[in-house]
Amino acid sequence: MTVQEQTPQEPSHVSRRTFIKVVIASGAAVSASAYLFRGPTLLGQGSLPGAVERLMTLNVNGQMRRVDVMKQETLAMTLRYKLGLTGTKLGCDRSECGACTVLIDDVPHYSCSILTHTVRAKKILTIEGLETANGTLHPVQQAVVDEQGFQCAFCMSGFIMATVGFLKTNPDPTRAELAHGISGNLCRCMDYDKILRSMMRAAQYMQRTT
Amino acid sequence: MADKKLVGQNYTTPDLRAKVTGRSKYAEDFRAEGMLFARLLLSPFPHARIQSIDTRAALAMPGVRAILTADDVPGPKDQVSDAGVVIRANPRSEKALTNEPLYQGEPVLAVAAVDELTAVEAIEKIKIRWERLPFSVDPVASLLPGAMNARVEGNVWVRPTPVQGQPAPLPEVIDLKWTEAEVEEYKAGRLPMGKDTDPSWSYGDIEAGFKKASLILDETFVTPNTSHQCLESRTSMAYWQNGKLFIHLSTQSTVQTVMSVVRWLSIEPENVVLISEYCGGGYGSKGTGTVSDVIPALLAKKTGTPVQMRISREEEHSIGGGRPAVHGRMKVGFTKEGRITAVDMFTVVEGGPYGPGNDGNTASRFASLLFQPEAMRWRGVTAITNTPPRRAQSQPGGMQGIVLMEPVVAKAARRLGIDQVEIRKINAPAGKARFGAADARGNRTYTTSCFVKEALDKGAQIFKWDERKARNGQREGSKVRGSGVAISAYNAGSVGFDGLFVIKPDGRMYIQTGIGNLGTESFSDCQRVAAEMMGMPWEKCELTWGDTSRNLPWSCVSGGSQTTHAMTRAAHATATDAIKKLQQIAAKDLGGRPEDYVVANERVARRGGGAGMTLAHAAQRAIELGGMYDGHEVPKEINAFTKRSAAALAGQGLMGVAKDAYPRDGASVSFVAAFAEVEADVETGVYRILDYLCVADVGTVIHPASLGGQVLGRSILGIGHAIGQRWVYDQQYGVALARRFYQNKPPSILDVPAHMDWAAVELPDPETPVGARGIGEPPVAAGCCAVLNAISAAVGDEVFVRAPVTLDHIVTALEMGRPTQARLTANV
Repeated sequence: MTVQEQTPQEPSHVSRRTFIKVVIASGAAVSASAYLFRGPTLLGQGSLPGAVERLMTLNVNGQMRRVDVMKQETLAMTLRYKLGLTGTKLGCDRSECGACTVLIDDVPHYSCSILTHTVRAKKILTIEGLETANGTLHPVQQAVVDEQGFQCAFCMSGFIMATVGFLKTNPDPTRAELAHGISGNLCRCMDYDKILRSMMRAAQYMQRTT
Repeated sequence: MADKKLVGQNYTTPDLRAKVTGRSKYAEDFRAEGMLFARLLLSPFPHARIQSIDTRAALAMPGVRAILTADDVPGPKDQVSDAGVVIRANPRSEKALTNEPLYQGEPVLAVAAVDELTAVEAIEKIKIRWERLPFSVDPVASLLPGAMNARVEGNVWVRPTPVQGQPAPLPEVIDLKWTEAEVEEYKAGRLPMGKDTDPSWSYGDIEAGFKKASLILDETFVTPNTSHQCLESRTSMAYWQNGKLFIHLSTQSTVQTVMSVVRWLSIEPENVVLISEYCGGGYGSKGTGTVSDVIPALLAKKTGTPVQMRISREEEHSIGGGRPAVHGRMKVGFTKEGRITAVDMFTVVEGGPYGPGNDGNTASRFASLLFQPEAMRWRGVTAITNTPPRRAQSQPGGMQGIVLMEPVVAKAARRLGIDQVEIRKINAPAGKARFGAADARGNRTYTTSCFVKEALDKGAQIFKWDERKARNGQREGSKVRGSGVAISAYNAGSVGFDGLFVIKPDGRMYIQTGIGNLGTESFSDCQRVAAEMMGMPWEKCELTWGDTSRNLPWSCVSGGSQTTHAMTRAAHATATDAIKKLQQIAAKDLGGRPEDYVVANERVARRGGGAGMTLAHAAQRAIELGGMYDGHEVPKEINAFTKRSAAALAGQGLMGVAKDAYPRDGASVSFVAAFAEVEADVETGVYRILDYLCVADVGTVIHPASLGGQVLGRSILGIGHAIGQRWVYDQQYGVALARRFYQNKPPSILDVPAHMDWAAVELPDPETPVGARGIGEPPVAAGCCAVLNAISAAVGDEVFVRAPVTLDHIVTALEMGRPTQARLTANV
């Protein structure tokens, strides 16, 4: 799920290697995850060759959001700290835990390892975008509520997004197929039994609604 | 009681909708106006002393606002307990920042800047002159003659004997090395039973016990250690307003964490507002916060600006701490019928740099409880290592003691030809079972109740034990199956806390809960007891939690499986107080004696029908009557914390407020029996867990869904210890090699059996009014040992001498005919 989504019209070809290099160059490698660029001009960082436009429009949860993005900024950072969508969680910031999973054009991705610049013109869906405007929960959310799934729930939005994405490709999974489909997410409360039961119920709900 | 029972039923907890929609706010999700960001400089060395720090270049950077060093952090302060006993501060305890780091990754200074990038850049510009000091990351290696010590003073903790009526003496550090004879013992793969420095204990005549035994096993085993790996790292954000500290934390407890903050910052409890409505996992490591949590508070004071400090995954590995490995030697005597006659137990605890913890002693107490040896002795050493601090981790100490004992019992049963369930029933505790050391008068403490035999019977039936055990060791191609059983126990409840709620004239019940919301749901589950007793439908109950400015009562630490027991008692006491008040109000208004009235169905009415009034009306009357009825007068035995909260809520309706003063005869302990079946491939060593069942003796079940989540979730934590989780250290440089999830991977959804199940014995605890106890701890050792015992049932006894057991251990041991794991070394 860490495959880089390339946009054809993207002026800079941002590979994973370049991504890591940029992060290191920005001094962020000292910590696992330096973030936040509230005062980006302070450092007076010069543009790298092939630098991209900073002001961009993102399609998030069906809304067009204008946002100022640094070139090394990950989608998780943009969502959480620029757009205030804190339902997307950062558990590891390195594609290990899945807490930051969001859908990009209906496909689950680790938003900690996607550069925001690579997702312009794509549809991004986060946990905040699942509930309808009148407050009806998405069937996957409703199933979690009905099974009292998860414990601390820090991993929950990632698991829910991974399930929403997986059920689009396999709407009638077996328990084993579903487990495989969401195995890119870790739950440290280890509530896997209730999670699987919730998500199997979700598959039933989805079939009923479609 | 209401017609509609709440206790024992599933329901939707009040935090769940916020969680599924992403609206739940964890510590890192908060922002304050003008907030600064802090980053830490961590020690690159396992042990060093700072000679000088040059921060000039960093402070000159635009955007850098403040630097905090160890010199800015207040020292630890003596405490006075509720009983007036002085608890002296240990000068060797962990501090938020240090000038003598004792492990790689220990925080030495923090920088606050306008953004994280600037803070990180500033840290790179700070010049530190270090004096590197000797270190040790392996407790056993530090006991060898001539080896380096983890602290300048030595390598082992000693606890001087307390003197009656005086504050407990501070622990000391000594230099302890093994004798030549002990080194020979070590080289032979046995833990030397040499000089012990922990406060040892014994009962009965162990020599006579061994004489009586027809089988004596003498086993050395190393229990696994691992980090807690909370998915939410321990972030905190703080600011000061009108002399009050507002602090957002990731912590298990709510009101109890205030007391930690108070101690770390030397301020008064009424000047702390702590907000922690959601906590992304603690497992013991965030019991009442972590000392580094106060760094943003100190920086906020220094800068006059809110400060947030995010903790990265690598930082979490070091600051978050872990479970200590215990090196144990167990000499256990069995009669030919399988009864345990004597246990001689020796432990060397890998204690990290701070402490001393109590893991060796706790390990021995639960080994003695579960198997009721006729005589037992425990001795131990708590060694100091330059590895991250040891924090409580689900079933601290107890897990290690049971992991030392269970494989020995499994091996004995095979040698003696006794069924594995049967040998556990032969030795299992029952009723008021005694355990651990005897006090000065020769009395030993005992449990309130235990139904472990019932749990074994129920489990054996559900799991179809007899059918499965017949398959043990049977080969099918290269595959072989084995089934294991294990029992486990842990402390499961404290006493003496407060409850607080108000029924208002709108007919709703407003319940205040000081319990942390760490995912166990006990913050809400316990309050169902009060709602049920008040005859209130749950839909008319509103819970307030997670913010100490919102008038919470004094509650227990949300950890150590205490809460369900402690806080259902408090809820029961509080509802009893409110019912008494309602009866008095009804008798005043409607005549008769208070005891003629009962509370049910949102009314207080005459027994057997007749005059009555709604609780909404009674709440209005309570306000008119004032005094104790609406909370203007409160019982004097309640905690000062609850008194402040009650004073703020007084006059709004009928108040229930009380302290749990119910008697209790014995120590509250919960038990589990777990069963696992594995299938191993003898050619590749790969094994899978096919099935798992855990049966819990927790008394009355309050909320089945959350109980099941705890039982299976904590079981998998233990299974992780059995199948692969461990720390790895570079012994040469003393640095951690397994710091991230992919290097020390917690079990994923594919590592757990496709089928898992749980059940409860459902026999109430006789020593608590609701009959309920906690459960978070006992499944850990049960999950670990059921899998270990299933592995040996499948591939034989001579495969492992430590956990975790990985495929290469199995395949090489089968090849060599003996265990090939490293013996007696932690962190390999």
